[in-house]
Amino acid sequence: MNDLLTIADKTFQSRLFTGTGKFSSNQLMSDALMACESELITVALKRVDVNNEQDQMLKSIMRPHINLLPNTSGVRNAKEAVFAAQLAREALETNWVKLEIHPDPKYLLPDPIETLKAAEELVKLGFVVMPYIHADPVLCKRLEDVGAQCVMPLGAPIGTNKGLKTLDFLEIIIEQSNVPVIVDAGIGSPSHAAFAMELGADAVLVNTAIAVSQKPIEMAKAFKMAVEAGRIAYNAKLATVKHHAEASSPLTSFLN
Amino acid sequence: MNTSFQTIFDTYNWEMTLNSINAKTAQDVEFALAKTKRDLEDFKALISPAARPYLEQMAQQSRLITKKRFGNTIQMYVPMYLSNECQNICTYCGFSMTNKIPRRTLTDADILKEVAFLKSKGYDHILLVTGEANKTVGVPYIKHAMELIKHQFSNITIEVQPLHQQEYEELIEANLYAVLVYQETYNRAEYKKHHPKGKKSNFDFRLETPDRLGRSGIHKIGLGALFGLEDWRADSFFTALHLKHLQKTYWKTKYSISFPRLRPHSGGLEPKVEMTDSDLVQTICAFRLLDDDVELSMSTRESETFRNHIVHLGITSLSAESKTNPGGYVVEPQSLEQFEISDERSTEAIAKMLQENGLEPVWKDWENTW
Repeated sequence: MNDLLTIADKTFQSRLFTGTGKFSSNQLMSDALMACESELITVALKRVDVNNEQDQMLKSIMRPHINLLPNTSGVRNAKEAVFAAQLAREALETNWVKLEIHPDPKYLLPDPIETLKAAEELVKLGFVVMPYIHADPVLCKRLEDVGAQCVMPLGAPIGTNKGLKTLDFLEIIIEQSNVPVIVDAGIGSPSHAAFAMELGADAVLVNTAIAVSQKPIEMAKAFKMAVEAGRIAYNAKLATVKHHAEASSPLTSFLN
Repeated sequence: MNTSFQTIFDTYNWEMTLNSINAKTAQDVEFALAKTKRDLEDFKALISPAARPYLEQMAQQSRLITKKRFGNTIQMYVPMYLSNECQNICTYCGFSMTNKIPRRTLTDADILKEVAFLKSKGYDHILLVTGEANKTVGVPYIKHAMELIKHQFSNITIEVQPLHQQEYEELIEANLYAVLVYQETYNRAEYKKHHPKGKKSNFDFRLETPDRLGRSGIHKIGLGALFGLEDWRADSFFTALHLKHLQKTYWKTKYSISFPRLRPHSGGLEPKVEMTDSDLVQTICAFRLLDDDVELSMSTRESETFRNHIVHLGITSLSAESKTNPGGYVVEPQSLEQFEISDERSTEAIAKMLQENGLEPVWKDWENTW
C-alpha cells in the first residue's frame, strides 16, 4: 500500500522525523540517524557554523535522501524568528523551517502569539512553515488559516520523555486538521511514538529519547519499527473497547 | 485558498458510494457502535441496512450523547414565509413557477402583523423563507425585511436562494445569524430532473453555497437533503461528507442538519423513494453518533407521535405551529401552503409536551452584541 506522507512539495516514506541535539558525538548521531531511516532531520541554526563549509555536524548528516529542517530554536519573538529563518534559507539553501519560539528558558514552552505572527510573515516570504506549538486545537486552525503546511503540537514539555500528556487535545487536533499533524516533544519511548501514530498523527519528531538512551543506534531502530507499527495499526483500524449503553426503557418501540 | 467541497465531491461516485453503504456488515455496525469517535466509514455502517437490528442501541447512545452535550433543552424556532414568488421549476415544490397559485410577497405592514403574532407566542428565533424571485425578493428585499424586524428577534436565520459571498457578507452586517441551504439531493445526474428550469437547476452553484457562506464568516450553516427524491442512504452520506468538510475548513462556524421528508403539496409529486419512520430515526441517530455537537433540527412536517418521541433521540431544535404560506399566521391564513404540515398543535401545546417529557423549551439563545 502506498502510504506516503506529503508536506508541501515533498513526500516522505518515513514518518519518523528526528533531531540532532544531545548526542555524545557526531559519529554516534550520524549512525543513529542512519539506523532510524529518517528523511527529515531538524538542526538548530544556532549550532551550525554557517560560514564553515566543513561544519562537522552538517557533514555528519548530509545524505542524498535526507532533507534538512533548520529550526529557529533560541529566538524569543516573531521578529527574531523571521530573521533566523532568512539566515537559514541562505545558509542551508532550503525554504523549510521549523518555527520554534520559546521565550521561557526553563520549560521551553512555545509562545503562541509570536508563533502565529511569525508563521503568517514567513508564509508570505515563501517559507514552508512547520510550527512547534502547544497542543492547542484553536491555534492549530489559526496556523492552518495563515498557511502553515503542518502543525507540530507537543506531547509533553521538551526533553521530558513523559509521553502524550496532551492526549485529549491531540485527538481534537488530529480530528480537525486539514494539514499533517506531527507530534513533537515529550515522546520518550517507542511505545509513545506508536501510540501517537495509532491515534492518527501523520508523523512524530523524536530527539532526546534516542540521543540520551544508552544505545542510541538500537533505540533509533526501535523508534523506526514503532512508528511503522503504529501507522499500520492506524490504517488497519484498531479494535475498540466496548461501551455499554445505560439501561433505560426502549426509545424506538413507537416504531412498531 | 481553502479547497471547496466540489473538489472532494467530484472524487465520489453515487452508485459506488451506495454499494459501499449497502455492503456494510453487522460486524461493521458493532465496530462503529463500540467506538467513541466515529468516521465516515462508521457513518456508512450506521445508515446501512445492516444497522437496522441495532436501532434501539443507536437510539440509546444518541440520547446519551445529546443529553451530555445539549442537556435537557430544545431550542424553539418558527418559520415566516415572506413570499411564494418563484422562478424555479422544482417538481416537488408548491411554489414551483408553473404551479397556478396566487402569488404574494409580504409588505412591511404584513410582516409586522405576522411578527406581532409570533412574538405573542414567545418566539425569539425566526427563520425567514422565500422562493427564488430575484427582482421582487432579492437581497434588498431580504435585507429590508431583516432591518424591519431585527429589534424584535435575537436571532434571524434565512432560507432563501443561494447568494454570492458578498451578498451574505452584506446580510451578516445587517445581523443575519444563520443560513439554511439544502442541496435537496447530491445525486448530480438526477438533480436536473427534479430542477428542470430556473437558477436552482445549477447543481454546482448550490453545492458550493456553504463554502461561500463559510468564507463570509456566518455564525451557522444548516445543511440537509430532501428525503424522498433519491436514495436516502446515499444522500445522508453526502450530507455527512459535506458537514465534515465544512467543519474542518470553516471551523469558527456552527452547523445544523435538517431532515425534511417529501410532503404533499399543491400540484404534488409522490416521493420517488420511500423513507419510513424507522429510516428517519436511523438517520438522525447516525448523525448524532457521527458528531456530538451538530445541531439536529425537526420541523412540523412530521407527525405528532413521531415528534413526541424524536425529541429524546438526538433532536436539539424544533419548530411549532408553522405556516408554510406567506401571511399564513394572520394576514392570509387560507392561502396555499408550500407543503402540508403534519403536526398542527399550537406552540403552547408543544411547549407543554416538552415540559411533560422533562425538557425545557428554550426561546432565546443568542445575543447579537456577543
